Amino acid sequence: MMGELKIELGRRYRFSASHRLHSSKLSEEENRRVYGKCNNPHGHGHNYVVDVRVSGLVDPATGMIANLADLDSFVEREVIEPFDHKSLNEDVTAFREHVPTTENVCKEIFARLKGFPKAKLERVRVEETGNNTFEYAGEGL
Amino acid sequence: MVYLTRKLEFSASHLYHNPALSAEENKRLFGKCNNPHGHGHNYTLEVTVAGEPDPVTGMVLDLKELKEILEREITQRMDHRFLNYEVAELKDQIPTCENIARVIWNLLEPKINKGRLHKVRLYETPDLYADCYRNGARGA
Repeated sequence: MMGELKIELGRRYRFSASHRLHSSKLSEEENRRVYGKCNNPHGHGHNYVVDVRVSGLVDPATGMIANLADLDSFVEREVIEPFDHKSLNEDVTAFREHVPTTENVCKEIFARLKGFPKAKLERVRVEETGNNTFEYAGEGL
Repeated sequence: MVYLTRKLEFSASHLYHNPALSAEENKRLFGKCNNPHGHGHNYTLEVTVAGEPDPVTGMVLDLKELKEILEREITQRMDHRFLNYEVAELKDQIPTCENIARVIWNLLEPKINKGRLHKVRLYETPDLYADCYRNGARGA
């Protein structure tokens, strides 16, 4: 039995930010061992790419799942503006408690975008560098 | 199950305009994509076919065969065309990435007889794409 056709819309965004991987639950020595050069006390930065995928019915009047202008302004407000050219550890409240690994950045971005009112958020992929990619599709998947 | 993906590029023009709406509404909804003379993109299409490799040839399907299907069904139909006016399957639809991906799916699915069409991903730009697949078969 063939399932019905599903369409998803994918959009890529960019931000640049610094972070330092350091856990308050570990000793200085353990932090250095676990995080290596990412534990450098002054932090370091990346050009992050965020790939956001949403699904929904394609509106026959517009041919769109969601108007790109709406998606762009939502992502801009919820993620790009608060993250771009910031220190994730110092400037984003969530990372005062959680280590800003890209796993956690990915989950935080998903949480911030989940409320997009015009379509269903399917998954968030974050590229920390061209070689490291993380993907999160919410719990239960 | 093995998933194989073939990529191809085509260049085409389009515009977004819904004749049921006023000129102002079209402008508001579609912004610069509503320019009456159209504009163009280099589209990148990724077609993924799922299947078990044939025990004799080791192939899910012959890539040469897939290439010919894509050439006939997609490139000849869409490359260097004005999508609104020259692609019959898009007539009366707004040629958004979502709709073009669905049209491509519907053109290809019946033609792929070895393995089965698993996913169509169409990039309008490197930062904007649409995926089309059958529900429950997202897989790779």
